[in-house]
Amino acid sequence: MRYDQARWADDDAYEPLLVEKREAAVSPGDSEDAPLPDDLTRDSLSLPALAEPELARHYTRLSQETYGVTSGPFPLGSCTMKYNPPLLEDVAADPSAAVHPDRPVETIQGTLEVMATLQDWLGRIGGMDAVTLQPPAGAAGEYTGLLIAKAYHEDHGNDRDEVIIPDSAHGTNFASAAMAGFDVVELPSAEDGRVDMDALEAAVGDSTAALMLTNPNTLGLFERDIEAIAEIVHDAGGLLYYDGANLNALLGRARPGDMGFDVMHYNVHKTFATPHGGGGPGAGPVGVVSDLAPYLPEPHVRETADSDYELYEPERTVGKVHGFHGNWLVLLKAYAYIRRLGDAGLSDASAKAVLNANYLAEQIDLEIPYGPFHHEFVASAGDRDAIDVAKHMLDFGVHPPTTKWPELVSEALMTEPTEVESKETLDQLAAAFEAASAADAADLDDAPRRTTARRIDQVEAARNPRLSWHAFDGPE
Amino acid sequence: MTDTGRGSPYAPHTAAETRSMLDAVGVDDEEALFDVPNSIRFDGQFGIDARSESATRREARRTLARNDDLVSFLGRGHYAHEIPSVVADLASRSEFLTSYTQYQPEVAQGFLQALFEYQSMLVELTGLEIANCSMHDRATALGEAATLATRVRETAGSTVLVPDLVREEQRAVLENYARGGDLSIATVPTDDGTVDIDALEGIIDEEVVMVYAENPTVRGTIEEGLETIGDLAAAHDALFCLGSDPVALALLEEPASVGADVVVGDAGTLGLGQAYGMGHGLFATREDFLRQVPGRLVGASTDQSGRRAYTLTLQTREQHIRRERATSNICTNQAWVALRTAMHVAWLGPDGLLELAEDCVRNARELAARVDEIDGLHAPVHDRHHFREFVVATDQPADAIRDRLAKEGFAVHAVDEHRLQLCVTDANEHATDRLVAALREVA
Repeated sequence: MRYDQARWADDDAYEPLLVEKREAAVSPGDSEDAPLPDDLTRDSLSLPALAEPELARHYTRLSQETYGVTSGPFPLGSCTMKYNPPLLEDVAADPSAAVHPDRPVETIQGTLEVMATLQDWLGRIGGMDAVTLQPPAGAAGEYTGLLIAKAYHEDHGNDRDEVIIPDSAHGTNFASAAMAGFDVVELPSAEDGRVDMDALEAAVGDSTAALMLTNPNTLGLFERDIEAIAEIVHDAGGLLYYDGANLNALLGRARPGDMGFDVMHYNVHKTFATPHGGGGPGAGPVGVVSDLAPYLPEPHVRETADSDYELYEPERTVGKVHGFHGNWLVLLKAYAYIRRLGDAGLSDASAKAVLNANYLAEQIDLEIPYGPFHHEFVASAGDRDAIDVAKHMLDFGVHPPTTKWPELVSEALMTEPTEVESKETLDQLAAAFEAASAADAADLDDAPRRTTARRIDQVEAARNPRLSWHAFDGPE
Repeated sequence: MTDTGRGSPYAPHTAAETRSMLDAVGVDDEEALFDVPNSIRFDGQFGIDARSESATRREARRTLARNDDLVSFLGRGHYAHEIPSVVADLASRSEFLTSYTQYQPEVAQGFLQALFEYQSMLVELTGLEIANCSMHDRATALGEAATLATRVRETAGSTVLVPDLVREEQRAVLENYARGGDLSIATVPTDDGTVDIDALEGIIDEEVVMVYAENPTVRGTIEEGLETIGDLAAAHDALFCLGSDPVALALLEEPASVGADVVVGDAGTLGLGQAYGMGHGLFATREDFLRQVPGRLVGASTDQSGRRAYTLTLQTREQHIRRERATSNICTNQAWVALRTAMHVAWLGPDGLLELAEDCVRNARELAARVDEIDGLHAPVHDRHHFREFVVATDQPADAIRDRLAKEGFAVHAVDEHRLQLCVTDANEHATDRLVAALREVA
């Protein structure tokens, strides 16, 4: 497929950079017109000044230099880059959704009804008894879940300061556990890529606060022994935490609550198609079993006897993880998405996501060392550098997979096509894999060629950090 | 499929394609692909009915219509300014909306440049050398600032000082960041709406790792002793963290000039509007702390052909590389809101932003003067300069007035038994005449 991405910066003429449009405004200081005395105000302010048509062109050009899900396939493993239906934007743009967080509850019953409904639906989807919508992202959900685990153990007089995490887990698991004040115990994977049961037996004990797990795991493998894993952790007095990053692979087929998980987070921007927005906003609601419900963050939404909704403080609340009520507009989009799909749509989304991953893997002539997998697979670029292969894939108009992770596979290409790609697109993707991995060394070194920028010098960026346009003001 | 109840409307597979794909994989049906033991198999019955697109939209609107249609005069950390139509339009371009974190910078130059420009604008507004490109919200940014302070401060210590006027919700989030990091939070008293400098001088000691102040404060008052606070913090080797927002920063004292080491706040004050508290954390700091900064940073570099290019940089600080030794767990955050903020700032330009900020002072002053003329009301309560909002004293129960105003179509905040708070911006100034008339009736 022929592909050329837009590039607007010329070699020597116009560069669409706001830095070139900077002008200074000078504070009127202590002139007669000044609203404040001189000593409480700044002297000057230098910012871009553009007429609206210039602004429109600037950002339109920047958008053309950006690859999104509507540009083409985006099989970034573990990120679940689904098509984001414009319906969700339409719903979130309703003026009635734009309310202030300090509004009295009796004046925002619509907002609270949406929240209560979403809490209920997420609970049913995850098999959880109670759900908070407050965490503003998946990692914030992890942190919230771990604060809940910590409070639960403290309440029960347990001195437990360790969280066990498989070596293949998302990096956020480790960071969240450390932030919550836990020591991390890393669990090596077994040869089949799943939890090593002997290693788990050896790792759990009186200090175990929780085991964090995603299922399917980051290799796309279902942890078949999940019930035994749950038993081991529970017998040791620990809690089981479910990282919802891979929930798209299980909708309607299995529920974390039924598997024995006590607490979980949902990545609504993954599973429920709310746009990733170039890196957020997302939302990371947390579900818990009934024993943990008293520890949820406050305020929590619930329905009253007369079909109204109220905010309350759960009895043993861990406090707050967001200044207000979380990323409300994202939650509203997730509500619209779940309603649109319903039972059949949600189950079908998983079915097609898993079919797509398996079909694509079948078309690719690279080693895929583990299986059977669900929604994503990790191929190995073999003796090629996975980053080179990925860069060359860009030349074919597709976004490459996640590279070099998880480390269990050498030169990993972690691929998650999701349910929104057609057979035809998957064939194109497979062709891009084929062409990129078969290219000669010179072509790989030179890739990408058809993108806005050629290969970027990452070492230079880190060694000589230039983080604002002031870096351009002096001699480069 | 466009109908409901049969499958995902966003999966493009025809029945024939599904069949041929299953054949290629070598299974009879999709269920055979799920490697899930029968003991935990779920039957797919959540009890959630599907709806057509139009029915989904109608139902959501009908539900949201239960919200009362009130003109809000609420503030206290969540502000609405009018969003230019062009900002909403450009930000909705699907390449921006539907992309993800820029892990392949060669095809994400547009978004990376926009974030680089956002960082640059925050550098201009704060006077500090570096800004990251977004965090969740103001409260979590404050929590991150506190953990940064423990990492960069050389001597031992574990106390963070915050004014007693900080929103209790923000303080609660800070407490949760402190819990994991063994920090303790202590309170600095305020005097008539701003930090009591004498009291701070009495409290601050070598145990303090960070002093937090806000400008403007949650009561809308403008701090007059920022430089002294900065000097006191520096004298005790503590960081000085200032809370603000991009509009206030355009007019009020430049944080760097009063000794601020970190600026946190809600950048979504520009570009986002009212969103039930959803925001976007502003975080700027000194270059000295570069390798300890939480969150994403975009840097300029060059590409293979020697052209300027942008990329995420210094990722060795981040969780996907450093895992439990990362500076923060922040991964997905609020990049799209940062984009909107940058667009809004660029649309206003320096003169427009300054004018908007000056109006925040003038509008609050004028509305306070008009409210003060009403029998039974006194405003502003605090003998300070104000930004956007101010406190009103009333003889009557404040919550009764608040409730009666809600019936007249206005949302205002009751601070306590006999005090109300009003916030005025370009988004609600058109309704100040009606608010004053209503206050005259109910106060």
